[in-house]
Amino acid sequence: MMKTKNIMIVGVGGQGTLLTSRILGGIILDAGYDVKLSEVHGMAQRGGSVVTFVRYGDEVAEPIVEEGQADVLIAFERLEAMRYAHYLKKDGVLIVNDQRIDPITVVTGMQTYPKNIIETLENTYTTYQIDAMKEAKELGNTKAFNVIVLGMAAKHMDFSKESWLNVIKSTVPPKTIEMNEKAFLLGYEGK
Amino acid sequence: MIEKKIMLGNAAIARGAYEAGVKVSAAYPGTPSTEISENIVEYDEIYAEWSPNEKVAMEVAIGASISGVRAMASMKHVGVNVASDPLYTVSYSGVNGGLVLVAADDPGLYSSQNEQDTRCVARAAQVPVLEPSDSQEAKDFTKFAFELSEKYDTPVIVRTTTRLSHSQGPVTLEDRMEPEDKKYERNPAKFVMMPGNAKGRHIFVESRMKAMEEDGCEFSINRTQMRDTSIGFITSGIPYQYVREACPNASILKLGMVHPLPRRLIEDFAAKVDTLYVFEELEPVMEEQIKSWGIHAIGKEIFTLQGEYSANLLRKAVLNESIDVVLPHQVAARPPILCPGCPHRSVFSVLNKLKIHAAGDIGCYTLGAVAPLNVIDTTICMGASISSLHGMEMAKGTDYIKNWVAVIGDSTFMHTGVNSLMNMVYNQGTGTVMILDNSTTGMTGHQDNAATGKTLKGNEVPAINIYQLCKAMGIKHVIEIEAFDLEKLETVIKEEVNRDAVSVIITKAPCVLLKGNVYPYKCKADTIQCKKCGLCLKPGCPALTKNEDGTIAIDETMCNGCGLCMQLCKFGAIEKVGKE
Repeated sequence: MMKTKNIMIVGVGGQGTLLTSRILGGIILDAGYDVKLSEVHGMAQRGGSVVTFVRYGDEVAEPIVEEGQADVLIAFERLEAMRYAHYLKKDGVLIVNDQRIDPITVVTGMQTYPKNIIETLENTYTTYQIDAMKEAKELGNTKAFNVIVLGMAAKHMDFSKESWLNVIKSTVPPKTIEMNEKAFLLGYEGK
Repeated sequence: MIEKKIMLGNAAIARGAYEAGVKVSAAYPGTPSTEISENIVEYDEIYAEWSPNEKVAMEVAIGASISGVRAMASMKHVGVNVASDPLYTVSYSGVNGGLVLVAADDPGLYSSQNEQDTRCVARAAQVPVLEPSDSQEAKDFTKFAFELSEKYDTPVIVRTTTRLSHSQGPVTLEDRMEPEDKKYERNPAKFVMMPGNAKGRHIFVESRMKAMEEDGCEFSINRTQMRDTSIGFITSGIPYQYVREACPNASILKLGMVHPLPRRLIEDFAAKVDTLYVFEELEPVMEEQIKSWGIHAIGKEIFTLQGEYSANLLRKAVLNESIDVVLPHQVAARPPILCPGCPHRSVFSVLNKLKIHAAGDIGCYTLGAVAPLNVIDTTICMGASISSLHGMEMAKGTDYIKNWVAVIGDSTFMHTGVNSLMNMVYNQGTGTVMILDNSTTGMTGHQDNAATGKTLKGNEVPAINIYQLCKAMGIKHVIEIEAFDLEKLETVIKEEVNRDAVSVIITKAPCVLLKGNVYPYKCKADTIQCKKCGLCLKPGCPALTKNEDGTIAIDETMCNGCGLCMQLCKFGAIEKVGKE
């Protein structure tokens, strides 16, 4: 029996975590696994800290990932990577998009944005980072940044490149297929 | 047709309604229930509407049921309060076509003002409740609910929670059933609930619930899974999944129907296990009943009344396992905020400047309660802004509310705010009501309402004109202002709060996230002109940050070009530029 695999996607409400989880859900189901994805809708989507749990395996019961259980943590923003890093297993993999979005508590000077986040996390976890926003700009569409990050994370999951490309094709709006494929490969293969 | 799809719990409920042959669906949006209607709209066979509030939605569904078709209403838990008037009485009258109410509870308060448990309402209203535990069951139980409704002549509640509504899982799709419409026959003894008739129906209700309690022991949705008998759990819904995860060897009585409880089944199960736990989120609804039958069980002595449960909670509380976890990093909190370009921010920046208190309401604008805007003083429920301001005035006199306004959105105004405004006019209040008209129901993800000119099905219809509606109530001072016109806002607000008569200020600007509402500009800061005064930062726009040297930086990917910061800057250091 396959041990349940736990993935988390964290970021800031409005960054498009829901599209990423839709692609992920699609590929897992195509591969014939049982799967549960748990998302955040509503108020937190307005710029709050958001988290999506994805669990797959032969049989999945609990829909959430708990502290110390995540195999892969995909963080769309640095501070959010730090907030949720303790959810990772000791040998878990952290994928972090090197972007800074100041929360209102920092903008108003009530709290500070931590320095050297990635360096700190690298000491504890296997960490891969990418400035996906920069890469996406070069691709010509900033919205593609989350698919770039997903591409980077995809290497640490159990699916072939072809199945990823297939599911992207069937999930994203037809007009954006080519751009999303490019974005995925950029993250998957590096430059 | 056998097809497997990964579906959101709410999408599965919608699919269940479709497969059950539902013909009418009515709802008011509210997290975590909104996506039910947004998925139902995909099925052409179902008439689906956004009603102005949950009471109306419930009544629309009741009417459809009386006419003989299967009908459904869906809403969040607090919406059930609004709909409780018809709910309590349709419990007596019963149904013709199957009638289901989907109620979405929010343990953990992800997007709600309280953590109430709909099962308590259902017990009081004597309405049966089904509780699914994954997407597949969400579909199956919804279908079964219609069967039960017709068989037992009762409305049936399908209770979901945020975790189920917003989790996705595999669902096997089936074809739509086409049940024949029930014949309508005039039957005042059943459908005219005046005292004489209702007395008779009350007797029926008691016998119905008794019958369901007995028959429920045979329902396949109430399943006993005998394994190791040293520990047994009675559980339902999402908590069932935590039991499976943490205690895979324990015996479980998994209840699909949580009201009325199948007593004999529970007694049999309790007799077979050594230690019995009742594992339910929120209120001890099952536990108290089970204990009242003299059964020894453990529940809220060790499980919290608050928030969501988890498998780790069970591991700690029942298995006494110590969970080895790394402590989280203490990092800056990231609460939700108004979006960059949100018209509410502009209005609130003026109220903040004028030091005016606001009686608030339910919607994105509740976020005006937190720093740095600090404008909203109260949030109770839908429509309460206007009526509570009126209450303050009646308690303390007219002068007391000269530095107060009521703040309410367009959708919330149409929901119940309109009643409160009628009251203010009728009872000679002098409050100032600000209707923040952003042409949508924003917080729940942009649903139309009676004032937007579009229906749930996307049809263009004449929009109810809020200005004319207020005028029709006899309010003399109704003013429409563009929400980003800071100067005019300031002048008008000062004038209206001091007026000894009701006034309504309608601030207009569409929600910045509304589809098709693309601002053609972005704001850009000139760091040489910037005097580091921080005035532009005061309204707390998330697109604005400080550079290392204290000058302003505007994140171009976040900025929506509303120009609020530019208006606030006294040194011309911010300008609007066309988007590339």
